[in-house]
Parts: sequence; C-alpha cells; structure tokens
Amino acid sequence: MSDHHTPADDSPIDDSPIDDSAADGRFVVDANPANSAVNIAAAVRSGARSATEVVEQYLARIAEAEPAIHAFNLVMVEQARAAAAAVDAKVAAGEDPGPLAGVPVALKDNMCTRGVETTCSSRMLEGWKPPYDATVVERLADAGAVIVGKTNLDEFAMGSSTENSAFGPTRNPHDPTRVPGGSSGGSAAAVAAGFAPVSFGSDTGGSIRQPASLCGVVGVKPTYGAVSRYGLIAFASSLDQIGPFANTVADTALALSVIGGHDRRDSTSIPEPFPPVLDHLGEGVEGLRIGIVEELSGHGLDGFQPEVLARSAEAADALSAAGAKVDSVSVPSTIAGLSAYYMIAPAEASSNLARYDGVRYGLREDGPNTASMMAASRTAGFGDEVKRRIMLGTYALSAGYWDAFYGRAQRVRTLMINEFEQVFNDYDLLLSPTSPCVAFPFEAKADPLTMYLNDICTIPSNLTGHPAISVPFGTNSAGLPIGIQVLAPLRGEVAMYRAAQALEEVAS
Amino acid sequence: MANDDVADDGPPDPQLTRDDVAKVAQLALLNLNDDELDRFTGQLSAVLDRARELQAFDVSGVAPTAQPYPLVNVFRPDEPDTVSAVREEALAAAPACEDGQFRVPPALGEQP
Repeated sequence: MSDHHTPADDSPIDDSPIDDSAADGRFVVDANPANSAVNIAAAVRSGARSATEVVEQYLARIAEAEPAIHAFNLVMVEQARAAAAAVDAKVAAGEDPGPLAGVPVALKDNMCTRGVETTCSSRMLEGWKPPYDATVVERLADAGAVIVGKTNLDEFAMGSSTENSAFGPTRNPHDPTRVPGGSSGGSAAAVAAGFAPVSFGSDTGGSIRQPASLCGVVGVKPTYGAVSRYGLIAFASSLDQIGPFANTVADTALALSVIGGHDRRDSTSIPEPFPPVLDHLGEGVEGLRIGIVEELSGHGLDGFQPEVLARSAEAADALSAAGAKVDSVSVPSTIAGLSAYYMIAPAEASSNLARYDGVRYGLREDGPNTASMMAASRTAGFGDEVKRRIMLGTYALSAGYWDAFYGRAQRVRTLMINEFEQVFNDYDLLLSPTSPCVAFPFEAKADPLTMYLNDICTIPSNLTGHPAISVPFGTNSAGLPIGIQVLAPLRGEVAMYRAAQALEEVAS
Repeated sequence: MANDDVADDGPPDPQLTRDDVAKVAQLALLNLNDDELDRFTGQLSAVLDRARELQAFDVSGVAPTAQPYPLVNVFRPDEPDTVSAVREEALAAAPACEDGQFRVPPALGEQP
C-alpha cells in the first residue's frame, strides 16, 4: 500500500492532549468524557471547541499510535481537515452544523467513498475509487461528521480476526500480540486506540459485535433493514448490516440516529424512521423481562472460556439487581445457526462476488480470451478465505446439492426465526456473551472451522434479522476485555439500549 | 413455498472429493494448483461435515427464508436517479475501455 499516506507525510500537527498507556505495551486511551461524540458535537455546535482543533487532536493520536496498530488502510488527512474547516465555517456563519458536528469518524473500508480508495482489504479492489458515496457516508457528511480514514478488515469482511486482510493484520490495542477480532477489526481498534470516538463497521455474522467485544468498545448490529446498505460492498445481502462502534452506549445511539432510517436506494430498507433510541436513554431496566440464552451461557460449553461465562452471569445479576426480571430460557436452534450460516453466507457471497471479473473495475490479469482473463484475475485478486467461501457457496448452490445444503439451511433459518419470535413473546430481551473467548494470539485459529466456531453467539441475530449490541463488561484476569451481548426483537432497539446502558453503568 | 416435498430427501453424499473441488473451482472461475486443491478439499470437507447437523432438523412443510425482515413488493416511481454515475465516471475505473465501452479479450477464440 505504498500509495497510502499517513499523517507523517503531511504538514506538522499539534501535540495531542490525549493520554495513553503505551508505556505498558497497551495502546488504549483513558476514557475522557470530553472525548465522547455527544460531548464533542455539543462543544463544536456551541462554539466552545472548533472542529479543526478536535480533528488535529485525533490526527496527532493517529500519527503517534497507528504504526503499532494498523487500524487504517487509508488516513484521510487533507479531506478530514477540509471537512472540519467546513464545519467551523458553518458554526461561524450561524448555520446548523449538524448533530455530529466536528465528530471524527472512521469507516470500514467496504463502504463506498466517492473518489477515495475503497479496497475491502483485497488486492481485487486495490486502487479502486468509487464513483459514488454510500448512503451512510452521505448522511454522516450531512450531519457534520469528519471522516478521518478507511479502516482495515478481513478481505471482503470474511473472517473473525482481521488476519485475512491483504494489507496485513490490525493489532489489538489492549495487547498488540493479539487479534482485534473481525471482520471490522480496524474500526474496533480505531475506537479503542483513540483514533476516533466513533467508527462504523458491517456485521454479517458478528463482524461488529465480536471485534467490539475483543477490543473493549460498544458495537451495534441494528435490525436488518434499519440502516441502508446502499454503497456497502456486498458480502451476504440477506445478512449484512451497517452499525457503529464507540466508547459509550450513548455515542452509538447518536450515530444510529444519524445513519438510520429509510433509504429509497435500498429495496430492503425499512420504510420507517430509526427507533427513537436517543429519547429513551437512561430509562433503566425496571420491569424488562430478560432471558439468559441457556445454549450460550452454561458452564462446560465447548470453546467457552470460564471467565467469559462468569462475567456473563454477573451481567445477568446486575440487570436483575437493577430491576429487570431475569431468568434462563432455552433457544435450541441457536447452535444450528452456525451450520445454517456457513451455507447461506457463502452461497450469497459466491453470487455477489461473481461481479469481480476484471471487466468493469478492479484487478485484471491478462488472458488470451475472456474466460481465461476472468479466471486469472479472480485467482490473483482473491485471498484464500474468499476463495474458500466462494467455492463452498458454489457447491452449496450447485445442482444436486442445493436442496440438501442451501435449501435446507434456509428452512432451518425459518425454524430459528420462529423459535426466537416465540421466545420474544415472553421476553423483551435476551442475554449472552458476545464471543466465547477473549482476544486470541495471531495464528491461533489457523484452521477455518475453528475460526468459524468463534461466531456461535453472534450469528443467530444475523439469520433472524434481530438487532443486537455488545457492551464491554470488565476483563479477564489478564486484563483482556469481555463483552456482553443484548439481543432484541425486530425494531426492538429502544429496550435493547435501556439494558445496554444499565450494563455500562455497572461496568464503569 | 416451492419444493417443500423434496426437503426430506435422504442426506446427500457428504464426502467431498478433490475432483468435486476442481469442478467447483472451474465453475467459480478460480485456478487452483495441486497443493491448493489438496488443502481446500480438506478444509471444505470439514465445514460440510459440520453442516450435516442440518439434516437433524425436521423441516417438512417449513418455508425457506430468503431475507429476514417481512417486506414484500417494494415499489417506487421509475424515475432516473440523478446521482447515479455517469458513463465517464463508470468507465474511469475500468481496466480497459474503448469508444465509451468496456474492452475485453475475445469471448470466442483467442487473442492473435
């Protein structure tokens, strides 16, 4: 990525007032309320701080710690400065600078930014500059947000560790010898390392929530269709959903209130405003009925670390103490979700990624005829994990196997949806760990199936379309973050946020 | 919906062979060398073996789900979208173009 610039290439920037703890080998920043998106926007809107001052503070932090973390594929120094200056000009002119005025944000590098390289961390799209902005990008710009860069991911969002990036892995700010999770590992690490107060990812099987859990930040997958996918480069269209990362639950609510809501350019977009999460923050959990998912919370579960299960039990106790009615509930099809997912997602991916053929955009390798040119381009452009999923999906969709694999997975998906809907008749929310384990060392899960098992807790809500949030809830004995997941029914974000904030209060 | 009657056919032969993987790679326009064929055959077999657990579910009469939010028949006026990319911008990203069109090697036969 020799053409990618870092702040070091640009003009000098001010010293950062942000504290960090790199002296102990960690790159996380201390939580400072002044650096929340809510407070930055309020300060910029009132004129108390300038957007320029804010963006310089974050660019300085990026210049300082990004070489150790590699959260970004591209830092957009000049564009960020120009966007901040435009916000300051609006404030000076007495115009409304928007609800995210001056808030630095980082975007997963699978969201189209007009004229700015968008790679999906793949050789296939290296150097590609989209001719249009994703809807979320437009809405963020209109709201006064300042985009500071494009973050690293597992190639085409396929993976749970960001090790599948063609441009090298991202490191976990809590321990740079460990993965940040994935596939939105760069976005999670960017918030944890203090590179931006808010970032955005996409979640197809847990790709926002699992890295949020492993990096100790909040991560949200909204209801399917609640945020437009227009301009999100497709992986598995019936599962993909964009959502935010932040240090606080309230910051993710603010972000969603900006990017959510109907978009005519996405035919799966729900024709309703985003649920009014900002209006109900701080209402507490009194009276909410919360079920602990037994299949994901019992001791002795394969691959679940005891400390993760212990924190999960503490979270349930904390919600109970805060006034919720908490008990255990069985959702047996949860476990089958993994198998259904690893048929459905690759099947959709094999179809979506057929567009990369060396004709209209992306990598082209020469060949004597069209078919050989296409095969040579795809072979050179895709990494191993992408090839595996394309082949798995092609197989699952092929004649003779369609009914047994893809068709059956779609029917099991229906069973899961029915079962969850049944459970949500009796419970407002469900609770589980976000990930069965804390951040693991690089190359610890080299076997694909072992890596896939990581997604056991997060996959169900992608299959059902339900919203879910991961909230940091303490650490293990080695100081590595543990996240708790709250699941809600379709468009149940308001109750989900009430529980998430209650957990945040107890954890802090 | 359709095909409810075939959902309960017996399990397919789950043993994925090296030849199966070669065929699938060909369909997906991917060139694999011998080492890759061996490696991918083992890795994909492991995933398919795990997927056999789907056979344990009784899905007779269960309709398939293609997308999870209950939206149907989404319509909008058929009006040109002014924000869509114009031809020059769309072609700018192409590896090769000529006379305002994408250029590719011959579809039939081979390049001279």
